[in-house]
Amino acid sequence: MMVAWTIYISFLGALALLLMPKGNAAAARIVALLTALAGFALALAAFCTHRSGEMLTVTRVPWIPSLGIEYHLAADGISLTLVLLTGVIAVAGILFSWNVALRTQEFFAFYLLLIGAVYGVFLSYDLFLLFVFYEIVIIPKYFLIAIWGSTRREYGAMKLALYSFVGSAMVLIGLIAAFVVSGAKSMALGDLAGYAFPAHFQMWAFPLVFVGFGILAGLWPFHTWAPTGHVAAPTAASMLLAGVVMKLGAYGCLRVAMTLFPLGLNSWGFHVLGLGSWRDVFAVLAVIGIVYGAMVALVQRDFKFVIGYSSVSHMGFILLGLMTLNQIGLSGAVLQMVSHGILAGLMFAVVGRMVYERTHTRDLKILSGFNLNHAIPFAAVVFVIAGMGSMGLPGLSGFVAEMMIVIGAWRAFPLLAVCVGVGIVVGVAYIWRAMQKAFFAEPEMVLETHEPLAAISIPEKLGAMILIAASVAVGLYPQMLLRVIVPALNSPLFEGLRKGNWQ
Amino acid sequence: MSAFHNALFQLALPEIILAVAALAVLSVDLLVLRTRAIRVRAAVATALASGGCALAMVRIFFAAHSANVMDGMLLATPLIQLVQVALLLMAILTLYVAVDSTFSEHVGEFILIVLLATAGMMFMVASHNVLVIFVSLELVSLALYVMTGFDKRSPRSAEAALKYFLFGGMSAGFLLYGFSLLYGLSNSTNLSQIALAVQGRPLNPLLIIALVTTVIGFGFKVAAAPLHFWAPDAYEGAPLPAAAFIASSSKIASFFTFYTVMTLGFAGVEGVAWPHGSAGWVPMLALVAAASMILGNVAALAQSSVRRLLAYSAVGHAGYMLLAIVSHSQTSLAALIYYVITYALTTLGAFAAVGVVQEATGGDQLNDFDGLSRRSPVLSACLFIFLLSLAGIPPLAGFFGKFYLFFSALQSAPRPLGLIWLVALAIAMSAVSLYYYLQVLKRVYVTPPAADAQKICVPWLRMAVVVSLAAATLLLGAAPHILLRWILLAGVQ
Amino acid sequence: MNGCPCISVLTAIPVIGAVVVLLARNRNRRMTRWLALGFSLLSLAMTLLIWHYFNSASGAMQFQEQHAWVAMLGAEYRVGIDGLGLLMLLLSAIVVPIAMAASWQIEDRVPLYFSLVLLLQACLFGTFTALNFFHWFIFWELGLIPAFFLIKIWGGPKRTAAATQFLVYTMVGSVAMLLSFLALFLAVHTFDFATLAQLAQGGQLMPAVVAKLSTHRLIPHHLAMWIFAGVFLGFAVKVPILPFHTWLPIAYSEAPTGTTILLTGAMSKMGLYGILRILLPIFGEQMQRVSTPLLWMAVATIVLSGYSALAQKDMKRIFAYSSINHLGYCLLAIFAVVKFTGNDAGLLTQKYAAMNGAMLQMFNHGLTAAAVFWFIALLEKRSGGLQGRNDFGGLRKVVPVMAGLMGIALFSSLGLPGLNGFVGEFLIFKGVFPLAGWAAALSVLGLLVTAVFILGVIQRVFTGQLNPRWAAMPDLTTAERMALAPVIALMFAVGLYPQMLLAMVNSTAMQIVQQVRLAF
Repeated sequence: MMVAWTIYISFLGALALLLMPKGNAAAARIVALLTALAGFALALAAFCTHRSGEMLTVTRVPWIPSLGIEYHLAADGISLTLVLLTGVIAVAGILFSWNVALRTQEFFAFYLLLIGAVYGVFLSYDLFLLFVFYEIVIIPKYFLIAIWGSTRREYGAMKLALYSFVGSAMVLIGLIAAFVVSGAKSMALGDLAGYAFPAHFQMWAFPLVFVGFGILAGLWPFHTWAPTGHVAAPTAASMLLAGVVMKLGAYGCLRVAMTLFPLGLNSWGFHVLGLGSWRDVFAVLAVIGIVYGAMVALVQRDFKFVIGYSSVSHMGFILLGLMTLNQIGLSGAVLQMVSHGILAGLMFAVVGRMVYERTHTRDLKILSGFNLNHAIPFAAVVFVIAGMGSMGLPGLSGFVAEMMIVIGAWRAFPLLAVCVGVGIVVGVAYIWRAMQKAFFAEPEMVLETHEPLAAISIPEKLGAMILIAASVAVGLYPQMLLRVIVPALNSPLFEGLRKGNWQ
Repeated sequence: MSAFHNALFQLALPEIILAVAALAVLSVDLLVLRTRAIRVRAAVATALASGGCALAMVRIFFAAHSANVMDGMLLATPLIQLVQVALLLMAILTLYVAVDSTFSEHVGEFILIVLLATAGMMFMVASHNVLVIFVSLELVSLALYVMTGFDKRSPRSAEAALKYFLFGGMSAGFLLYGFSLLYGLSNSTNLSQIALAVQGRPLNPLLIIALVTTVIGFGFKVAAAPLHFWAPDAYEGAPLPAAAFIASSSKIASFFTFYTVMTLGFAGVEGVAWPHGSAGWVPMLALVAAASMILGNVAALAQSSVRRLLAYSAVGHAGYMLLAIVSHSQTSLAALIYYVITYALTTLGAFAAVGVVQEATGGDQLNDFDGLSRRSPVLSACLFIFLLSLAGIPPLAGFFGKFYLFFSALQSAPRPLGLIWLVALAIAMSAVSLYYYLQVLKRVYVTPPAADAQKICVPWLRMAVVVSLAAATLLLGAAPHILLRWILLAGVQ
Repeated sequence: MNGCPCISVLTAIPVIGAVVVLLARNRNRRMTRWLALGFSLLSLAMTLLIWHYFNSASGAMQFQEQHAWVAMLGAEYRVGIDGLGLLMLLLSAIVVPIAMAASWQIEDRVPLYFSLVLLLQACLFGTFTALNFFHWFIFWELGLIPAFFLIKIWGGPKRTAAATQFLVYTMVGSVAMLLSFLALFLAVHTFDFATLAQLAQGGQLMPAVVAKLSTHRLIPHHLAMWIFAGVFLGFAVKVPILPFHTWLPIAYSEAPTGTTILLTGAMSKMGLYGILRILLPIFGEQMQRVSTPLLWMAVATIVLSGYSALAQKDMKRIFAYSSINHLGYCLLAIFAVVKFTGNDAGLLTQKYAAMNGAMLQMFNHGLTAAAVFWFIALLEKRSGGLQGRNDFGGLRKVVPVMAGLMGIALFSSLGLPGLNGFVGEFLIFKGVFPLAGWAAALSVLGLLVTAVFILGVIQRVFTGQLNPRWAAMPDLTTAERMALAPVIALMFAVGLYPQMLLAMVNSTAMQIVQQVRLAF
């Protein structure tokens, strides 16, 4: 099937960019954009033609027969939804990076490499293959930040790379252990999911693999790489990082940890501080992440840090949704992956590309002096829309997703649902504060000495329109995604999770 | 008797070819080419030597795949032949890397030493007799000491050679002492018979001493902590081709022999490392492995010389490979061979690349690598591949090597997952290693070049070697089955 | 007519208008204003058309449209109107053009202003016609955004604080409401108002909630009250009910006057509408339990806000508090209706009267307050931004027409018979006296205080010594007179012939009261 070509096209595009003669930045941009558009078109075509939401094999070729490992790509509703998200963010990211002048070819080459690997993770069915793509993601990420980033970029890049690698190391241990215990015959997701691992094995393998993926997903308290990394990264990389790469972690939590080791979520039989199972532990950590992320975002002086911590907060929603273990919570989690991906991309685009590259500052106090809503009104409007979406305003994608997660949480952890409400309110507050200080400051604070800022360019406008349209479409008609997500959750793959508690 | 001599001749023919080639190189160089330019001499000598190696390889392909002379003194199995082919390949590559070197005028002698070392290694891996093993080991070691000190203009080279020699001599002494104890305990110099004699009985203090000294002897060879102290100096001070050779070929031979000696010679006294721990060589090796992994990787963090960094990382990798010996099963043998071969290829490539930089900028400090990606894009890309493979990033060979190694370790302990703590430590140390490999790559790709830096021109042969090694690393990572299939076919015994 | 998706069309008109106005941004301002006004008048025409085809005799939902939306969440696009809905649509359709007219003098970023107003109108239409909580909540929340920006960008010196308070209060209320509704959804898997009402009346709603949720360590019968409290909070902030009103005076006075008209004329009615449409049918039993405290809150709202108005010097603040006061009467009526009266038919009729009065008062207050604030805007325009009570004096001599017309509006606000303000208040008191005499008696104080401060405004602004500063103040222009005429005429019309509106709402009022009664 064609959707595998999203991976290959991206890698080929990266190779083409590396082989092109240096110095031709314009051609590099065009090549990159065409590649990303091709990938997006393929993703969209696959999404629209996907009928039933269940896992359909795309490619299956033996790879290392002596270990039972195959090059096996497959897609179900959840994978295709996330592949579609990647396509949108990829295109938008390239549009927002149109003005990169330093080593343009290498920039887009690393970017496309990253995209290709992300497509690979979402489409992998064999867990060895999934791990390979998951690890490949780390290296382009490092270089994108270390070379083209801003504040403390080398430190941020290294921190990000090491945290990701530690996370994937934990996953590797779990995967090899699972492979060994299941008799080392196959690493296909279906086979491993169907194997009945002993309960005590699952009880330690589950948290190990979940935390391993959770590190990349910004699980509190392992999230500290995220704000530093996002702030250090150049705009397109932040968009990708917060928008898609963090979702890789959440996807891994769902697709690998929860599918393979569902018994790990069961009750321990005893209680520690009121928590009786790994499910309780991770739900509480997720909610702490929501509230903590929001509260820390509220006091930041750097605009980009606000958005960085807001990502941590929103990822908390996703992780909470995963832990609710009911259909509506899990669907809400997947929907939130898409919604937050788009909105985070939008916000980083405004903060990084539209504001920082014109004003060369991210300090909210200093930004107040620029009177940005007069100078670049387009950016103000876009940020307002993105901020409203982030707050959970109905009509944009965040509302439906957060609502579904809260409903799921009500069912499973009512007290935590109330805490989530607190998180939502603080969410309104920090968005409002940032918006107010950066764009709509008091007239007394405006300094007339600033030179006029450059107008918003066409690629930026295009990128913003695409993302806003996507968010509004999902917000007004979430059914278009839910129609493939829900059947995917009902497939035999998640049998172990359902256990009759499905609602 | 002539049947015996015939069998011996047949079996040792590859090594004989090598020796003949070595002598031919020396004679041609001393007698015929005395007055020609070094480049010509080097070219001719290398051509001769690589021809000899190639011939030896061909001979191995056509030799009998199962032979045994004098009850294990020398034997041939598909697996041994595979390892010998690998050694020959490494020798050829090392010679190609050395072709353009300027560290010595004694071209013929150097190549002679390389070939003799290779021959020694081939004998070492092909024997199950402790005396033959020891003698070949000494041949190899002496050759390596000489190679290390070959650069007479450099005091560091001399210092490295001296340290290597002293350390090595002492370890060899220990090894011999241990072997003699084994002989005393079993009245035989054949590994299998030794094993029969020592197993089943409660652990004899003499046996323990023999175990310890054997581990010391081989541990020194593979640069495992705490016997690794020679490695940083040797890797840094030796002339580049010598260091590359030590880092690659000698590792292959030493690990294979180590494995054979421990699993064959001390079969039955393994002991168990986890969970309850019973005495034997397994717990001891597990400790050595853990120490190597930790010490090698942590020390590498502090290095500013890239060659020393590679040396300490070699100690770390030795730790990983010892894991295979600790788990001693068929799968772990396959994993060990796969890992050590790909490691050798990668390290050789890395050293070759580092050598280019060292020749161009005069040093191998981290700042000499600044902005390498602008000065030589292809070389940087190859270095990128080599270092990430060493770190264990897919889809490169190093990743699959580690994966397979860890898999075999977890699968094969007396209880599955018994060795999980050691595997977890190994993976954690891999994470540490990523840091320092990325530091080098950061210099190459991120840091802008110094103001006076110029483009680096690489001799075509060296570049060809580096590129093909990088391609091999990538290929073996993306399609590991190419090599694995061969190993498994050979190893099914 | 029932086949046509009239309501969707009606809601779409202002949205299209907002987009058109925004895109035509670089043309001249006059054209933008007229374009926006045109769209709002188009909505008015559409509303009148709907009224024409509305069947006043039945209290059921008409013009219904229903489409599935997100099945998993029980969210449907379901709209329809009954008498109450139609009344509110009509009010919105009238108040918005008035607000636009009062904003004629705004010069800064005109297209954005008018498109925000049109968006707000769309949200109003949406809220008043939605029959499913999910989609109702979307419009409820979306309406906050244009209002926030209208205050924030074009408001007075303290606009940031005003806008912030407005946003925060309303958001907190909305979140509480959302959480409560999610709990309901969890129990019965529906967001449909009609279904929820039916379940409540059948006595099945709260037991279902308790069954589903009380396994998690929450006390059962308190749970129902907590859920009710959440929803109540959302509306209490919006109406507002004392003590959740503190956002209002500053918001009304800092907002540009056109926006104040929208806030007081239409948005405040959203809260009351919500109480009638949602709180009463679904949470009738809970309301009945706390009907006495609720009545006290209504009384406090009426009386205390009246006294506060008396103490103000800024006219916008006076009428801000006056709005709170007037809406307090509606609250009085509604909370009186919830009192238990057994099977007494006479009291039932009083309840009908009170409910009718409440609905009428909603419309009348909207109209009157809009008119009053419009006049304040006209005064502002002529005085260069002044709006204090004491800034003027003796204007009757210089601007007699304006004085006269504004006087009519002010008297209507006072409740003079013959004008529209009287009818609603009369019906309310008529209904409430028998039901909760003490509350009605105390509320009369509010009436008295209202009279005092309104007469005070008239006296200080229009009569007395002419302030020499305004000796040259221009009177109403022809355009302004023509614009004001229909509004004044409407005030008289409703005052003299309230039947035209009562006919629309009577059946609905009766049905609402009956629904509540059945729940006991």
